Amino acid sequence: MKKILIVATIFFNINLLFAQSSIPSVDVKDINGNIFNTSQISNDGKPIIIDFWSTSCKPCIKELIAIDENYEDWKEETGVKVYAVSIDNTRSVNRVAPLVNGKGWEFEILLDVNSDFKRAMNVVNIPHRFLLDGNGKVVWQHTSYAEGDEEELYELVKKLAAGESLEEKH
Amino acid sequence: MKKIILLFTILAFTFSSLQSQNADLGQIHGNFQMDAQLYNNDSLIGANVPSEKMGLNSYANFNYTRGKFNAGIRYEGYFPALNGFDAKNNGVGIPYKYASYTSEDLTVTVGNFYEQFGNGLVLRVYEDKALDYDYALEGVKLNYKPYKGVYIKAVYGKQRYYWNTGTGLVRGIDGEFAINDIIEKLADKKTKLTLGGSFVSKYQADKDPIYKLPENVGASAARINLYRGKFSLTGEYAYKINDPSGVNDKIYKPGEALIVNATYSQKGLGIYASAKRVDNMSFQSDRNADGKDLNINSLPDITKTHSYALLAMYPYAIQPNGEIGFQAEVIYKIKKKSLLGGKYGTTIDVNYSRVHNIQETQINDTIAIGESGSLGYNSNFFEFSKEVFFSDLNIEISRKFNKKVKATVVYQNLVFNNSVFNNGNYHKTIYSDVAIADITYKFTSRKALRTEMQWLRTNQDKGEWGMLMLEYSMPHWFFSVWDMYNYGNPEENKQVHYYYGAVGYINKANRIQIGYGRQREGVICAGGVCRYVPASNGLSVSITSSF
Repeated sequence: MKKILIVATIFFNINLLFAQSSIPSVDVKDINGNIFNTSQISNDGKPIIIDFWSTSCKPCIKELIAIDENYEDWKEETGVKVYAVSIDNTRSVNRVAPLVNGKGWEFEILLDVNSDFKRAMNVVNIPHRFLLDGNGKVVWQHTSYAEGDEEELYELVKKLAAGESLEEKH
Repeated sequence: MKKIILLFTILAFTFSSLQSQNADLGQIHGNFQMDAQLYNNDSLIGANVPSEKMGLNSYANFNYTRGKFNAGIRYEGYFPALNGFDAKNNGVGIPYKYASYTSEDLTVTVGNFYEQFGNGLVLRVYEDKALDYDYALEGVKLNYKPYKGVYIKAVYGKQRYYWNTGTGLVRGIDGEFAINDIIEKLADKKTKLTLGGSFVSKYQADKDPIYKLPENVGASAARINLYRGKFSLTGEYAYKINDPSGVNDKIYKPGEALIVNATYSQKGLGIYASAKRVDNMSFQSDRNADGKDLNINSLPDITKTHSYALLAMYPYAIQPNGEIGFQAEVIYKIKKKSLLGGKYGTTIDVNYSRVHNIQETQINDTIAIGESGSLGYNSNFFEFSKEVFFSDLNIEISRKFNKKVKATVVYQNLVFNNSVFNNGNYHKTIYSDVAIADITYKFTSRKALRTEMQWLRTNQDKGEWGMLMLEYSMPHWFFSVWDMYNYGNPEENKQVHYYYGAVGYINKANRIQIGYGRQREGVICAGGVCRYVPASNGLSVSITSSF
């Protein structure tokens, strides 16, 4: 019983400390080379997806293609906004704009050339996506991409847009 | 025991009362990564077992944020380092720790940090665990925004060298000026201009018994970024005073580097062209260090980084002592619902890159090219040497046929100078052609089978290769098997099957993968920087987690 109490109180404390997760403030660049601070990531109280990718990461590009195919519908139905953060370094970052435009993507593109934002968000491998609620708090994250993962992501976006909690019922 | 409960209860109540007053307690986030491998002997492929029988690399980051204050640490442990990672990594500790705060326009960081000036020609300290690089500086970093559109960075410190710091001291300052923000009249102009400049100096005492070496070596760079609608033009030039080192065989020639990129893009079309020239531009905080250690700068790569296994068989590696080349790429999307484009559109990506040695002539009749203690050589800035280092033409076509089937086909024609990239072990050029088909079939919306068929043809080196991979994915799980078969090896007993199987489980930000099989000897590269990986046979486990 005592142990349970201890564990329970520790968890209680940790939860408090972990409860709010806003986006760290890091300088990256937008696709036109302007400095953009990540604290400016916002979407008028609607959900936000932050997806880390690079031009040489095949699954990342597959994921972005899959999101792109549905993006117009998603935006219309939930107002969600996608920030695709390229971690291409200085050696390949110039391929980002031609690739994004060549594929006709309409995401907000950010360039994190020295992986500062990636480190601040504790991303290990890409693709890695974060889902933010209307208050800009991280409520969900996921690493790697498998076919159809975008459907799971969109189910969560719809919940957020409807003001529901993502907490799973046990 | 009761005391502990009491303590935690008090703490809990304190936190909850603080919380109810909306006090900000900050946040802790982090991640964990572990890669372990158990080795088997496999004389056929030259795989050896280290005396520990296994290798294990592990990392964990913990970052604390409260308002404008950040602090963090990274644990690293190598028990011992995986084969192919430097044995100097072996050990355990906390080599990375920092604290930083922002006050108005100034951010101060102390401890270990990473930074990049411009394109990185004179300073780019970064880490890439997969490539076994960590060039973190330990010292002080200032980021200052004195005026709208003006960004100043200054760094001072010593670089990480495994579990110590290098002997050299690094000092640098960089300014970036967004002209359209600074001059209000230009704010709404369609043309956006950003200028930048940096200066970096390293200090290392001269203890050389033969030569008198510069103790302070300065390098400076200037850059321009120009954007106008669908066009962009960016460029940077860097110059370094003479810096005799182990990498350049102690020549006294100054170094220089130039990179220019131009892009044009509109919906459905992207065009990219770049050119570069590098001459004696290795820049390390210890002149006697190995080429891969203690690098202060990062030279540009103008070749495409490939991820398919056989496309990456002969990867390009940056030559800091001298290279000149260019790259061009066109990405075009044939419209949806057109005759050629099909229902979902088709994307065509054509990429070509070519890198030569720089042209070099003797300074005079008595001094050989690159002779230690001399000025090295003369070189015409724009002239290509006849010696080709690397050339890569690759075409990739991707198309979604219907809701169930999509496919990518790739063709590559490669010229690879083995005498440069393999330290002259085999003095010949490799010419290869690679063809790949990558087909995904979806059984249901979230269950899919992906098949990769790859084929490499060459008359040099190890001859022809074929590869087949199958990967099945479903929610949370994936299963993959492949066989890479070197059926064309001129030595018949080396016509080996490199088979491998892997299972992965993913739940949100946690991922675990278990694999078993053979991995070929080779070089893994990203962006022109590479790491040698010896052949191995065995069981591997990788875990990554973020919170």
